[in-house]
Amino acid sequence: MTIAISARGLARHFGKVIAVAGIDLDIPRAQIYGFLGPNGSGKSTTIRMMCGLLVPTRGTVTVLGHAVPRESEVVRRKLGYMTQRFSLWEDLTVTENLDFMCRVYGLGRAQRRERMADRIAGYDLAAIAGQRAGTLSGGERQRLALAAATLHDPELLLLDEPTSAVDPQSRRDFWESLFALVARGTTILVSTHYMDEAERCHRLAILNRGSIAAEGEPKQLARDIDAAVFEIECADLVAARRALAALPKVRSVAQLGRRLRVLVHREAVDPERELRMALAAHCPDARVERVGASLEDVFVAVTRLRNAASTVAERAA
Amino acid sequence: MSWFARLFAISSKEIRQLARDRITLGLIVGIPAIQLLLFGYAINFDVRGVSTVVLDQSQTSLSRRLVGDLRATQVLGELRQADSERELRELIQRGDANLGIVIAPDVERRIADGNRAALQILVDGSQPALENVAAGLRSIPLLQRAGSTARPRLVEIVVAYNPDKRTAVQIVPALCGVILTMTMVIFTASAIVRERERGNLELLITTPVTRGQLMAGKLLPYVAIGLIQTTLILVLGYWLFDVPVAGSLVDLYLGALLFIAASLSLGLFLSTVAQTQFQAIQMAIMMMLPSILMSGFMFPFEGMPAVAQGIAQVLPLTHFNEIIRGIVLRGASLSDMLPEIAKLTVFLAVMLTLSIARFRKRLD
Repeated sequence: MTIAISARGLARHFGKVIAVAGIDLDIPRAQIYGFLGPNGSGKSTTIRMMCGLLVPTRGTVTVLGHAVPRESEVVRRKLGYMTQRFSLWEDLTVTENLDFMCRVYGLGRAQRRERMADRIAGYDLAAIAGQRAGTLSGGERQRLALAAATLHDPELLLLDEPTSAVDPQSRRDFWESLFALVARGTTILVSTHYMDEAERCHRLAILNRGSIAAEGEPKQLARDIDAAVFEIECADLVAARRALAALPKVRSVAQLGRRLRVLVHREAVDPERELRMALAAHCPDARVERVGASLEDVFVAVTRLRNAASTVAERAA
Repeated sequence: MSWFARLFAISSKEIRQLARDRITLGLIVGIPAIQLLLFGYAINFDVRGVSTVVLDQSQTSLSRRLVGDLRATQVLGELRQADSERELRELIQRGDANLGIVIAPDVERRIADGNRAALQILVDGSQPALENVAAGLRSIPLLQRAGSTARPRLVEIVVAYNPDKRTAVQIVPALCGVILTMTMVIFTASAIVRERERGNLELLITTPVTRGQLMAGKLLPYVAIGLIQTTLILVLGYWLFDVPVAGSLVDLYLGALLFIAASLSLGLFLSTVAQTQFQAIQMAIMMMLPSILMSGFMFPFEGMPAVAQGIAQVLPLTHFNEIIRGIVLRGASLSDMLPEIAKLTVFLAVMLTLSIARFRKRLD
């Protein structure tokens, strides 16, 4: 397994704000690697450091064997970048945008014609080829942006929250396209805050407050979760919720329809008994069931834990 | 080869976007046309028929000749006589007269002496244009024949190259520079900042496009626009106001090209400082006003304090005004204007260097 991107102690500060607080990372080639994290967790900043748009405050990052930002120009020939915001030209048509990007990447006339025809067909752009980009829907814009980012057959694609303004069907199609690219050997780094997208990645880093809170394959992350997960059904969910939240070992309580999903700290000896006892007073009818952890549980567990720990630390200080 | 291909890709994209922006396209032609009509027809710097009060304390044949000469300039209109300085001041204060001329009792001795003022001119300072009139009167050659050492130079120049003293003849070439400053600086600064605002730049700078290609590619279409505007002003000036080009057209366009480049480099520099289009336009206007007011376009350069003259030396428009007036009105050639060309070139070099140093293919 060769490495496409490797970061060591990578950090970036904006004045007093620490956007990325020193991360170590190895992203394997020909896989989809996900950055999962809430807004402001440092996903975009990290991606921008990888394409040489931002200079790290500390640490190093090597992209496709080249040190960035020193060798950014070499790397830029080999990478495609999709910004968080649609950044093609809204007053140009789909075809004009693609043609311009081809020229910017220095493709010759024959190559240009072939690649454009291929992308227009492959990303279902034929019907809107003559339309100005500003008039496209979210899904159409995103297909155009991906088509534009792949015109020069990049070895590496950096996608910064590519699906945030897109309907579910378009998201499914988009991910199909990504897997097709990976099958051809492209490495893809994608940032997202959607769990279902994160689950599709080969590997995943959960970012929280500029640090990596957890890293690994999604399945593995769910197995290794640092908490026990329970689902509780009862009549008075509000009372149950209040009772559970008071327990020191309970890390999070979330309502899913008529059920509560509860994360309990691993250190609890018999968490199920503890929960039942807490519920006995107000919700004698409660049914407590231990379930397998989802990625969302992992996300909640690692981000809540860190945040809680740092809040305590701040208070102590 | 691919170096230029990328540059032209950016230029042609820019032109295509401009062609779709109807309002901007209209402004490119509309600004010069409207400004020219406005300045050419509506604004008249020539002041004639100023109501004047004369206090002749000398009452000699010389003093009467002096008054006659002043009247002959047609600058002065209705002439009143005052019998005392108090009456003269009252007339001015009431607004019955805008200008007062006091002829000293010993005017003949004063003229012979040459060191003391023979005439005192009182100006209604609330009207700026009148001060220029007074300044003009001071250099009228009437005192020459009395053996004075007063400088008649200013009037001679005006008479020689603009015999009718028509404002349009001065305005048309000067307006060329003003309009180019307006469009070149504002258009380029906002064209680049717009791409930053809309996020296009973040995408562009992660491609193999170099800084040079990006900047040159964005500026090139505006060079063409600048030349089109120059042509438009000259043609309209010729048709509507009979302002011919006395010098060589090649020299004129070369001079214009240098000035366009200097203005574009300023716009480029502003774009590296401004984060939003609004800021870019504010900055451009901050440069525009002194350019219009201090470059000699509105007020005679000679009348400005030393600090203002120093600031004016930094403004490209000051030097371009010299160049274009020289070529259009006096029939001078570029080789007569080497100092101005040198100053514009220095400005261009400094701005380009600063812009290249500031423009990075980065976001921080």
